[in-house]
Amino acid sequence: MSDTPRVGFFTDTSICIGCKACEVACKVWNDVPEDGLLLTGMSYDNTQQLDANSWRHVAFVEQSAPIVPVLGDAVDTADTLDTVAAPGTAGAPDTADTADTVAAPARSATDLGMPNIGAPDPQSATTVDTQVRWLMSSDVCKHCTHAACLDVCPTGSLFRTEFGTVVVQEDICNGCGYCVPACPYGVIDQREGDGRVFKCTMCYDRLGVGEQPACAKACPTESIQFGELDELRERAAARVEQLHDQGVDVARLYGADPTDGVGGDGAFFLLLDEPEVYGLPPDPVVTTRDLPSMWRHVGLAAVGLLSAGVASFVGRRR
Amino acid sequence: MNTPDPSQPEFRSYYGRPILKKPVWKQPDVPLYLALGGAAGASAVLAEGAALVDLPALRRAARMVAAGGAGLGTAALVHDLGRPARFLHMLRVFKPTSPLSVGSWLLAAFTTAASAAAVAELTGTLPRVGRLAGVVAAGLGPALGTYTAALLSNTAVPAWHEAYRELPYWFAGSGAAAGAGLAMTVVPPDQAGPARRLAVAGAVVDVAMHQAVTSRLGMLAEPYHQGRPGLLLQAARACNVAGAVGVLLGGRSRAVSAVSGAALAGGSLLTRFGVFQAGLASAEDPKYVVVPQRERLAAAAG
Repeated sequence: MSDTPRVGFFTDTSICIGCKACEVACKVWNDVPEDGLLLTGMSYDNTQQLDANSWRHVAFVEQSAPIVPVLGDAVDTADTLDTVAAPGTAGAPDTADTADTVAAPARSATDLGMPNIGAPDPQSATTVDTQVRWLMSSDVCKHCTHAACLDVCPTGSLFRTEFGTVVVQEDICNGCGYCVPACPYGVIDQREGDGRVFKCTMCYDRLGVGEQPACAKACPTESIQFGELDELRERAAARVEQLHDQGVDVARLYGADPTDGVGGDGAFFLLLDEPEVYGLPPDPVVTTRDLPSMWRHVGLAAVGLLSAGVASFVGRRR
Repeated sequence: MNTPDPSQPEFRSYYGRPILKKPVWKQPDVPLYLALGGAAGASAVLAEGAALVDLPALRRAARMVAAGGAGLGTAALVHDLGRPARFLHMLRVFKPTSPLSVGSWLLAAFTTAASAAAVAELTGTLPRVGRLAGVVAAGLGPALGTYTAALLSNTAVPAWHEAYRELPYWFAGSGAAAGAGLAMTVVPPDQAGPARRLAVAGAVVDVAMHQAVTSRLGMLAEPYHQGRPGLLLQAARACNVAGAVGVLLGGRSRAVSAVSGAALAGGSLLTRFGVFQAGLASAEDPKYVVVPQRERLAAAAG
């Protein structure tokens, strides 16, 4: 176990094109059943969530903000749309930033809005127009360093593999469902009609023969990168720096910090907005961090109950 | 997505969808188990006390509640499993990080001991073995009634997790009121003195902990006083107060004693359903995940 390096996913959402090849490849390779066929109206997202029958889920976020026209110049889309990271830019967009993000065609990596309607016509500057930014992100089980699902599993069905990933042994799971509310990301779920729980295995069978997981293999833009976790973290840090240099101040890593509430994720992300915008918790903490304190309170309460029982027999006999 | 409401904190979400998965534990199975386990645990203590001071009617009734509650509770838990035929997989391993694992071992040991004590009580055979089993059940009972608090708290469900300081005492009080209340429904008042005292103490703790949770949890107290769980918990409080007052004023009347005991047992059942459903409500709304976590991040950033 010790000489096999921990592996993981780095999902760089800045280059995700929302093709869902990852979802399809995962379904096909792992023989994951159909997850309902409906049109949700949530942009192009009809998968809706990670669950027992969807182990990759591509989120689509459509954001629109009024274009602030500047005569003879373009507008920094990312900054204008992101009110949290760049407050105040709406009034006075930075010219250098602006040129970088939208106007410079050489830097295609920073062209983030898919339906680009281009710079506003200076002649129509008085009309309020909007520009759309499309965020796409392929979500997956985080394979936490401190995994709540694994901690709370009473049967030992969930275990940590030699690759540092977290996997359900389906022949052991008895469907108690404890892992479902324990996961701070809402990933693992019970399969209806089966009773057991299912989630991403990071293609444990493929890893065993030196192959990369099906989703990463299928990703046409290398938005999903598979590799040794240490190396992925370095690569991700460099990528964030590159984006910042290009003026994409909103780029940030999610789940890459080994000191966070789950000890860092085995599958982490580069995001272009706050995590909750993608349906991710902003500060997840493994629930078992507080378990020692919980057991202390349980013990005290039990002693209290026993004492109350004894006390009720003391004194008057009837 | 969300209509703006000035009284609500602002937060962002993915189409208003939940972040957490709602617990798949079924109703009535799991809240019923919480109530039965709590009543059974307290009853085992009551039974052993009654055996010590020679109150045979109380001893007999409490032994029946202990064994019956544990047996029915076990059946409810097995029924809740996605694969009931694999219930013995619970005893493959022992994991202190999993309250469900600890609880399974506790429940298995308690049910065995309480059942042995009850069989000895009913048949009159092997009285010493029955008595020893009763002592074991009394030792395990309080833990059986309180570990379920850790079972709920040790999840990402905001209203359960953040209540981990109060839930064990709340469940202890609720279990005491239910166990003692059930004994009062069948035991003649002249033998039910200890049950009356334990019942009142349990009801007082239950009401106090309900209050403590709703006043300490801030925003996460909302699921405990809004909607259906709020109504259930209000009804539970009414039952507890009425039951305790009944015991104090008319406990020596057989009828009042029985009605008060039933009210307390019913209050315990309502408490468990209320707490259970409050957790479900908090898991369904991304607000209860995002807002407290944002506040935590802001506090950490200074």
